[in-house]
Amino acid sequence: MSTKTINLTLKVWRQNGPQNKGQFETYQVSNVSTDSSFLEMMDVLNEQLINEGKEPVAFDHDCREGICGMCSMYINGRAHGPDRLIPTCQLHMRKFKDGETITVEPWRANGFPVIKDLMVDRSAFDKILQAGGFISVNTGGVPDANAIPIPKEAADEAMDAAACIGCGACVATCKNSSAMLFVSAKVSQLALLPQGKVEAKRRALNMIAKMDELGFGNCSNTGACEIECPKGISLAHIARLNREFLTASFTA
Amino acid sequence: MTKLDSKIPEGVLKDKWTNYKAHQDLVNPANKRKIEIIVVGTGLAGASAAASLGELGFKVKNFCYQDSPRRAHSIAAQGGINAAKNYPNDGDSVYRLFYDTVKGGDYRAREANVYRLAEVSNAIIDQGVAQGIPFARDYGGLLDNRSFGGALVSRTFYARGQTGQQLLLGAYGALNRQIAKGSVEMYPRTEMMDIVVIDGRARGIVTRNLVTGEIESHFGHAVVLATGGYGNVFFLSTNAMGSNGSAAWKAYKKGAYFANPCFVQIHPTCIPVHGEFQSKLTLMSESLRNDGRIWVPAKLEDAEAIRARKKRPEDIPEEDRDYYLERRYPAFGNLVPRDVASRAAKERCDAGYGVETGQAVYLDFKHAIERLGKDVIEARYGNLFQMYEKITDQNPYETPMMIYPAIHYTMGGTWVDYELQTTVPGLFSIGEANFSDHGANRLGASALMQGLADGYFVLPYTIQNYLADQHQVKPFSTDMPEFKETEKKVKEQIANLMEIGAKGKRSVDSIHKELGHIMWDHVGMERNANSLKEGIEMIKKLRKEFWQEVRIPGKTDTINVELEKAIRLADFLELGELMARDALHRDESCGGHFRAEHQTEEGEALRHDDKFMYVAAWEYKGKDAEPELHKEDLKYEGIEVKTRNYK
Ligand SMILES: Cc1cc2nc3c(=O)[nH]c(=O)nc-3n(C[C@H](O)[C@H](O)[C@H](O)COP(=O)(O)OP(=O)(O)OC[C@H]3O[C@@H](n4cnc5c(N)ncnc54)[C@H](O)[C@@H]3O)c2cc1C
Repeated sequence: MSTKTINLTLKVWRQNGPQNKGQFETYQVSNVSTDSSFLEMMDVLNEQLINEGKEPVAFDHDCREGICGMCSMYINGRAHGPDRLIPTCQLHMRKFKDGETITVEPWRANGFPVIKDLMVDRSAFDKILQAGGFISVNTGGVPDANAIPIPKEAADEAMDAAACIGCGACVATCKNSSAMLFVSAKVSQLALLPQGKVEAKRRALNMIAKMDELGFGNCSNTGACEIECPKGISLAHIARLNREFLTASFTA
Repeated sequence: MTKLDSKIPEGVLKDKWTNYKAHQDLVNPANKRKIEIIVVGTGLAGASAAASLGELGFKVKNFCYQDSPRRAHSIAAQGGINAAKNYPNDGDSVYRLFYDTVKGGDYRAREANVYRLAEVSNAIIDQGVAQGIPFARDYGGLLDNRSFGGALVSRTFYARGQTGQQLLLGAYGALNRQIAKGSVEMYPRTEMMDIVVIDGRARGIVTRNLVTGEIESHFGHAVVLATGGYGNVFFLSTNAMGSNGSAAWKAYKKGAYFANPCFVQIHPTCIPVHGEFQSKLTLMSESLRNDGRIWVPAKLEDAEAIRARKKRPEDIPEEDRDYYLERRYPAFGNLVPRDVASRAAKERCDAGYGVETGQAVYLDFKHAIERLGKDVIEARYGNLFQMYEKITDQNPYETPMMIYPAIHYTMGGTWVDYELQTTVPGLFSIGEANFSDHGANRLGASALMQGLADGYFVLPYTIQNYLADQHQVKPFSTDMPEFKETEKKVKEQIANLMEIGAKGKRSVDSIHKELGHIMWDHVGMERNANSLKEGIEMIKKLRKEFWQEVRIPGKTDTINVELEKAIRLADFLELGELMARDALHRDESCGGHFRAEHQTEEGEALRHDDKFMYVAAWEYKGKDAEPELHKEDLKYEGIEVKTRNYK
């Protein structure tokens, strides 16, 4: 690790609550170690603000290992910033240059209202999954785990889809604020497995209906979501979702 | 001294759980709808419990502080989950899993609980597959296994390096199904602030809405805590930033005994600390020890040259490398239990053989890549290698990883009996929050197993034994004085903090970091009586400073992250002291609790079974009073008590 320190200008979105208008504030932070993560740099900014008697910037974060999906910053015009295949917490300051100005905004989408500063309300994602993003089994009384062999390829592909962390970068990136990549990942994961096949059609219909109801836009297949997805969820899942949805609509 | 009743059922070890279930009381289906249960926490333990109780027909309220139940700290577990399936035909069995767990815990766990855990472990894997969890499979389409520390069999099921994520998403799916049905009501971004006890029974909780700041009361015929571990008392740990000990601490102050607080697990393979602004430590899964070999230079001058950046690890020839785990423990090698591996790393680094900053050792995949090919290693650990590279800017396919031990897990927690009930009737504790199954050291891949065992297959039974007569109890109004009184106390504490916070000079984090340093130096990997006593005084002093100097900007009626952190830190500042006291009283070494005064000639932990073969359960006695120690003696019938030997 070759540690350096850099100085930065930050333009950060500040918004007191959902009803407020919000505006950018400009801050200087100096001596940021390039080994720090982006959120550790935000910690330094907040420590500075607190010491100056100001309110720190509110942002969501928890595991800081790229898996909980809580962090959600729009950095220099990109969801989770310039690096690929990681959420904000795994972005490191070595990706930035000394003297750079960095713009930090919250996710902006109809389905995700701002709560405060960089925090948004993503409960719509929970609601979509409640509409059918599961297999209907109760605890207990299920067959032995090895009773139904599953081809390795199917299990691996299901795992690719299941890797979604529900952060919402796909929605924040999409010009229509569509949640199709998110929805398709769950539909696809479960449709690929024999256990999930049974309810596949109903699941697709119900989840899409809920997504539409909650104000997410249409998918126009630009592929921007796939590029910004921190887990590399593939557009191929959207194609599978469309197939499930179409056959379900025909047979419904 | 009160006698702790662990309520271990009669009969021989292997029949206890069957006997218990056969004779326990159950709630009839029609009456379940009349009974309300509060579950705090949505990790593996909480989500699985809330979903299962909802399925049974109870009315459940479920709480978490994150914006969605799916983000509970369990999501971060990487390596895998144990079960005694014996699919590889390598000699595993329920008994062997039980045996390994009790031995791994250095004979400080309750035997009957551990046996039950091993017994229900297989059902967890069945449940996960039925839920659509994409566990790793081999080309025949059957489930694959890997090995974890402290075992001679391959019994760990996994989903790439994201096992916790997949298991949690499975439980979260089951939870979502119940939320949609209306049997579970979900309260995200809501923090439990206190427990309400009425006529000696837990009857509800008081919460703070983290978005609006509102203080509210919720009634429950029973309250279940599934709030995770308290490793963040050390500030730096592998836990999520928000993981905290507050719920367990509030329970302690309401009469629930706190068991073995000093039993903390230090994980041997974490990315080393890089600087003072570091906010957390990242774990590199134990599964890496299947294929990675741990070493430091055998010659002091090589270690010095590496630290001075004059040599690189690749420059050290094979014969000058010290694979110290393979050298010291030929039978288990790199797969010794965590406490043993952590201490061995510290021993080498303290002796001057550490690399990088001196506080690091190598975890090397060179031989595995030569033997198996890069593709195989990538398929097994790709996401971990990627994570390592993002953090350190080094490519572990080409140069060895650097690792060092870090705080990871807390075996200690709220004392519970066999039914997972605390010493407060109606208050239950499950998952990492309780103390029950891991003794003085937890084996890898057993926390996920325990959390889900508790939530899916144990609590849904045992809680009914308590609830059987509760359908006659009408839900209490939250206007009752006990609720109002608790709300008032919570509001007063917040007002008090805000008043100090308006003038205070020190940020919450700066005080938390100082606490972390005290804990690591005095109550860390190696402890002794003097440093523990010193630690206690330092914690007291820091606590006083906190209550005079902490700075909390902002208001109480909106999101106020500094206030949230301050409330949790206030509890850590008390819990840290209890941990030190417990470590001081336990004048022996066992598992993760290593007292320098008690070691063998080879530097291994030296237990004193004659004096300390018990669970230490501490009772709160008031603000400035000394807590009272209660002992639950441990008896082993199904296993011979021996000195652990991994050689
Ligand atoms: C990086 C890492 C990797 C790991 N890997 C493995 C592994 O491979 N195998 C294994 O077996 N174990 C592993 N573990 C350990 C294991 O993940 C945890 O012990 C386990 O997930 C704990 O689950 P839990 O349900 O008890 O608590 P948690 O998952 O910690 O959940 C706690 C819940 O309580 C809520 N909560 C807490 N306090 C409050 C409050 N006051 N009010 C409201 N809600 C509250 C939180 O919001 C959360 O929902 C790992 C741990 C870490 C840190």
